Amino acid sequence: MNNSVGIVSAQRASFDTPLVFRSGAVLPRYELVYETYGTLNADKSNAILICHALSGHHHVAGYYADDLKNIGWWDNMVGPGKPIDTDKFFVIGLNNLGGCHGSTGPSSINLETGQPYGSSFPVITVEDWVTSQARLADLLGIGQFAAVIGGSLGGMQALQWSLSYPDRVRHVFAIAAAPHLTAQNIAFNDVARNAILTDPDFHGGDYYRYNVVPTRGLRLARMLGHITYLSDNAMADKFGRDLHAGQLNYGYEIEFAIESYLRYQGDKFAAYFDANTYLLMTKALDYFNPAHDSGGDINRVFARARASFLVISFTTDWRFSPQRSREIVRPLLHNRLNVNYAEITSTHGHDSFLMQDPYYLDVMRTYLDKVARECGQ
Amino acid sequence: MMKNDTARFAVERPDFAAIAAWIPTGATVLDLGCGDGSLLRYLKETREVQGYGVEINDADIVSCIANGVNVIQNDLESGLADFEGNSFDYVMLSQTLQATRHTEPLIQEMLRVGREGIVSFPNFGYWKNRLNILLGNMPVSRELPYQWYDTPNVHLCTLDDFETFCRDHRVAVLERRVMTGGNEVHVLPNLLGSTAVYRFQRGI
Repeated sequence: MNNSVGIVSAQRASFDTPLVFRSGAVLPRYELVYETYGTLNADKSNAILICHALSGHHHVAGYYADDLKNIGWWDNMVGPGKPIDTDKFFVIGLNNLGGCHGSTGPSSINLETGQPYGSSFPVITVEDWVTSQARLADLLGIGQFAAVIGGSLGGMQALQWSLSYPDRVRHVFAIAAAPHLTAQNIAFNDVARNAILTDPDFHGGDYYRYNVVPTRGLRLARMLGHITYLSDNAMADKFGRDLHAGQLNYGYEIEFAIESYLRYQGDKFAAYFDANTYLLMTKALDYFNPAHDSGGDINRVFARARASFLVISFTTDWRFSPQRSREIVRPLLHNRLNVNYAEITSTHGHDSFLMQDPYYLDVMRTYLDKVARECGQ
Repeated sequence: MMKNDTARFAVERPDFAAIAAWIPTGATVLDLGCGDGSLLRYLKETREVQGYGVEINDADIVSCIANGVNVIQNDLESGLADFEGNSFDYVMLSQTLQATRHTEPLIQEMLRVGREGIVSFPNFGYWKNRLNILLGNMPVSRELPYQWYDTPNVHLCTLDDFETFCRDHRVAVLERRVMTGGNEVHVLPNLLGSTAVYRFQRGI
């Protein structure tokens, strides 16, 4: 537990101001669970918001008193003396609205019906998340974040912060992100959704009332997703053509090690993640397209941004390749915004943003040291 | 710190001082192969430029960030596609020209992206280099600190060569400064100058 923030506990914030979604749907009240690490300084200038990706949540760093092995998903990045240094920053991790880790989502009970929201939970967008995150910031008394940081879908939220609330964020970290999904990205998401939607246990999203879970669909969705998070080389290095039981059996049971790995990952995921949340998250990804509102002109969209940006990509990430990060960099250059762009040589594909790479950590640490100095830490 | 940098640059990088002298306050500059960002930082502090650097080396990217300089990690050889036409007042290439493989297209790219280009490079026609060759060895010096087998310098040239290149490629030289060890050279520059800095624009 070296350099850990130590024992942490989740907190819960309730909001009773209705949230109007981009779709027009309204959520009259909702709750967000979050964790905080470090101390908010006197002028409240050292707050950092961590936005999570598709399957993430509020437990970013540390561990729980009653579950020491449950270590936060970005514990290698967040902690005392780590790049996101909790000795200097007040760090907030939250579970996004629509999630399945405690914030109001499809599996939560709708107080008006006494039943889980299920299929009635509104389809959510990145903009909606950022609106809800800003309300959490209001509640915590944070007018402006020193930085909003996220990888993948989290990076999209960080970018959206600079557009939705230009004056409320000084630095935006978009790591392994993209300015919008490509047709191929959407295609992968749609196959994943179809796996869930066609599972006989899905029941139109209201499986809770049947006491079943569309496990088969969810595990297929996760298996597919997992393939896209890894690089061809990383898979070859880790599994190659290794056989699970040492020999071919000429049948359809698990034969290759990669099959065993994917099924294990699928099963593990399906045991704790909510299928409706998975659907919502993939839709939020598909919808994200800040250029949409200005006729596709992303240069015009970023004209209102005020933040400084750190954009990071990974060479073997083919889900959101370095080329996609350059698409983020260009409108920032066009608008003469401060931007640093680092392309990390890494073998781990899209998942690289969660890994320990010395150069990646160096870039993060060096940039954040500068951010810390700006807020007098 | 700033004063020290200025003094240090005058000795170690006389081309920096020459470049800085050409850059007006508040200009927009793009520094190609910007290294650790010290020139950009110097220009930011002394000329209040709005600057970006392009660099490929990981350690230099980290140094640029530490120096508070905007840097884009990119291979110059793949062009400047991330940068829009006419988006900078000056595009600079200091002590890097001789190490570029696609030298011709890079100069054209500089003049697509910038109103003016600035390059500095070691003069291969400097008399000490000529003497080395005459004596039968490839020159190794402060400006050319490599052995023939490990040098990144694939396109070395003399001042005359560069000026011929400019004429042939419709590049108009606006100003030239030639130096040896920090001192300006006016007489027989192609023979007596060890380093040259050129400012140029698209010719007609």
